[in-house]
Amino acid sequence: MSEASRPQAGVGAALGARLRDADVSAAPAALNLLESTTAEDRQAAAALLAQVAPAALGGEAPGHVIGVTGPPGAGKSTLLSALLRAWRADGQSVAMLAVDPSSRRSGGALLGDRARIDFDPLDRDVFIRSTSAGERLGGLAWATRAAAHALAAAFDVVVIETVGVGQAETEVADVADTVAVVVQPGSGDVLQFLKSGIMEIPDVLVITKADLGQIATRTRRDVSAALRSLGSSSTSVVAVSSLAPPQGIDALVAALRAHRASSDVGERRLRARRANALADYTHEHGEHGLRALGGRHAAQQLLAAQDPQLDTAALVTALERAAGGA
Amino acid sequence: MMRTYAGHSTAKASNELYRRNLAKGQTGLSVAFDLPTQTGYDPDDELARGEVGKVGVPISHRGDMAALMDGIPLDEMNTSMTINATAAWLLALYVVAAEDQGVSQQALQGTTQNDIIKEFLARGTYAFPPAASMRLIADMIAYTVEHVPKWNPINICSYHLQEAGATPVQEIAYAMSNAIAVLDAARERVQAAHSEGGAQSNGKQEADAQELMEQVFGRISFFVNAGVRFVEEHAKLRAMSVLWEELGRERYGVREPRRLRFRYGVQVNSLGLIEAQPENNVQRIVLEALAVTLGRDARARAIQLPAWNEALGLPRPWDQQWSLRIQQVLAYETDLLEYPDIFEGSIVMDGLVSELLDGARAEMAVVAEHGGAVEAVAYMKGALVDSHRERIRRIESGEQVVVGQNRYSESEDSPLTADAEGGILVVDPAVEAEQVAALRQWRSQRDQAAVEQALDELAAAAADESASQNLMVATIAAARAGATTGEWAGTLRKVFGSYRAPTGVGEAAAAPADADLDELRGQVARLQEKLGRRPKILVGKPGLDGHSNGAEQIAVRARDAGMDVVYEGIRLTPAQIAASALQEGVHVIGLSILSGSHRELIPAVIDALRQAGVQAPVIVGGIIPEQDVAALREAGVAAVYTPKDFDITRIMQDIVELLGTDGRVPVAGTGASVNGSA
Repeated sequence: MSEASRPQAGVGAALGARLRDADVSAAPAALNLLESTTAEDRQAAAALLAQVAPAALGGEAPGHVIGVTGPPGAGKSTLLSALLRAWRADGQSVAMLAVDPSSRRSGGALLGDRARIDFDPLDRDVFIRSTSAGERLGGLAWATRAAAHALAAAFDVVVIETVGVGQAETEVADVADTVAVVVQPGSGDVLQFLKSGIMEIPDVLVITKADLGQIATRTRRDVSAALRSLGSSSTSVVAVSSLAPPQGIDALVAALRAHRASSDVGERRLRARRANALADYTHEHGEHGLRALGGRHAAQQLLAAQDPQLDTAALVTALERAAGGA
Repeated sequence: MMRTYAGHSTAKASNELYRRNLAKGQTGLSVAFDLPTQTGYDPDDELARGEVGKVGVPISHRGDMAALMDGIPLDEMNTSMTINATAAWLLALYVVAAEDQGVSQQALQGTTQNDIIKEFLARGTYAFPPAASMRLIADMIAYTVEHVPKWNPINICSYHLQEAGATPVQEIAYAMSNAIAVLDAARERVQAAHSEGGAQSNGKQEADAQELMEQVFGRISFFVNAGVRFVEEHAKLRAMSVLWEELGRERYGVREPRRLRFRYGVQVNSLGLIEAQPENNVQRIVLEALAVTLGRDARARAIQLPAWNEALGLPRPWDQQWSLRIQQVLAYETDLLEYPDIFEGSIVMDGLVSELLDGARAEMAVVAEHGGAVEAVAYMKGALVDSHRERIRRIESGEQVVVGQNRYSESEDSPLTADAEGGILVVDPAVEAEQVAALRQWRSQRDQAAVEQALDELAAAAADESASQNLMVATIAAARAGATTGEWAGTLRKVFGSYRAPTGVGEAAAAPADADLDELRGQVARLQEKLGRRPKILVGKPGLDGHSNGAEQIAVRARDAGMDVVYEGIRLTPAQIAASALQEGVHVIGLSILSGSHRELIPAVIDALRQAGVQAPVIVGGIIPEQDVAALREAGVAAVYTPKDFDITRIMQDIVELLGTDGRVPVAGTGASVNGSA
């Protein structure tokens, strides 16, 4: 089995180098490593991540990291199948990380999402991995973040799919270049979440099941009005139907691409790396660790002063060094 | 009516079997189709590999149907077809075969099972999404009630629900809810057909529609299950009679008593038929037959009994003869049929019936709240997975006694299973290649332009959003033109889209606290530390076999034990399983097959896995005859589990041990010996 021969740091670096060279076949082994918690594997994972850090790449990873989130039953899987087809028709390689929310701390998880996404199993340029939400309460697993960064070095598109509305898209926003929230017609709660500020304003809002006709049109109108009243003019609202014949998929692909073209990806990712580093550090060292840095605000300032090319792990090391020296 | 469920290998071989059975006193035909035919694929489709001719007869076109019915007078025969997603197609082929014999469709008698909701819930041979499937059913009902008036277009099946773990209350409630969904759809169809002319619709048309609807109600029959708790099972059938009559009167305005009768056929329980000491299944079958015959007021119209060795593999003609003789002894030797209803006035029976009625009405209300049976598929599936888990738990803990399995399991060697094949029928693997060759020849000799035109017309009728054309008409035309099963279904799949039913495992609640499970969780947690990741298992069902109850239970238990479980449901190709295993980074792969195609499919999956670079061990569960175990081990299978390995927690412990040995494949052969080495 895969763990029979434990990858050493050299193996991690080699996998990282393959991803850097856009070798998508390195993805499964890379994920096995990034998800592992043994000390040895963590070292190898660090070596892997160093190979795909901005410093090693000479800039940001080229892949477009897209967060797709929405309540259960909104039609995410069908939508992702349609998006996948469109991207593949366009020659883009695609990685999908499906984050399953059902895992409980004590128990395991049933990861059934990939079955609902249609793709050719022999197509090497498609990679789908299901992960359970992980041990960290209320957050994407550390491994998911690391995986998204690593895969963005090799794949043209990296999708992170999560379930839920409210907390979910905030977490995804810390990883993704573009956040798309998927809602189905008639979901008034999403509208309420938007208006009340429980939900952050997404970059792209997708209304599924456009084939439902009037109710879909009305939902689109209501959502657009709510966004305007919140003063957000930048969010694209796209209505799609994944049923044959599909509608709106090309428009959605274009909207996602347009968002990325119009936003400062470097700035967004830098902000995300710093936020993630602070979260990781706090998770590891607790409030006590934060006090050692002079509090949260001081820690943020410290991070802001670091080299923008440092990856999350290097930023955590910087914080730890500062705390140790204090 | 007495039947045995039969068909295998080829149309010609099955035809010979039918003629022999009819000569032995069987009074009707019950046709078993192979899985490619049931799910709408031709024998040369990738998904059909290993499945052709296995669990029934392959019927690809009108020529096959003609061969199947050769020399059997269709104007006299009563033919029951276990066919669902492709029922409209097989009925069309039957109609065309009758035409060839010079028999009018008006004269045809028989039944198509045609119950799609239970396919989504339990049996897995669906082909199209729910709405499109319901339209096909409604079209068939509307067509047959006018043109094939002696045909039972649908048999509402509660049989498979019990196989999937349904309690008697669930079996009653889901079957009735299912019937409501079908009848409501049919009513819409019938009313639409009789309101043509729009505003001019008058009282006469309404009366015609009502009369037709009453006829439809009268043609609906049921296919139920009977378990070994035969007193309660009899009460269940009495309760169903009460509810059915109530439904007919109140919801559909049916008045004629003859049409309000609850008509049902039965196949007694297979779930309770076990692999250990299989000869004891004979007395189980007899008792289960009593459940459906004891009281005249709720007696089955048609009975088919399974064979004693079903849990071992495919029954042989001799095994089926034994089942037929059981019915003949009951009917002709005993005094069973001589009395009026023997439970009339029984306080105990009436009490049982009213208890079941209360429970069923409450559960039907829950389904109605979900918006009816079609909308409630995910809910019902989750509830069934839960019930099944509870059933297994009781057997594991010994609360429910299964003689020969969890009690009195010591046994002398059985002379019944001593022959070389282990007392079952083995289908010649050459059948598949022959069938593929014959199909290609068929395609090359037919009028291709006529076929294409017929399929185009079918596609147009299906795509018509107003659903104004009855699909049966275009379907019969395609059958006549010589189209194949895969072409008919493929045409509709293109229009309707494909579909995956809910697996129910996501909905299943967490397991109740249990000392064995706690210990297992501890073992899994220690394994997780060693592996560095949560142990991850892929549970897959290769091929077309839709019997997913076992796979679902393994998936749920693995989750409850603390593993990450990738469960993708049914109908996977080896390539799909290999891609999932690789991409998901699973530690172990569990494959489940009950259709007898394991000899072809398991090695194919292992090849695909190894080619993809996946070295994770593979374990296999299902109906695997003892003599096939060595070959599977040879192909690289780490452990084989059969129905006698009923203790799922122990299977989980085996898996933990397998992964804990750090890649060394254990020496043990079957699951039982893996247990022995623990």
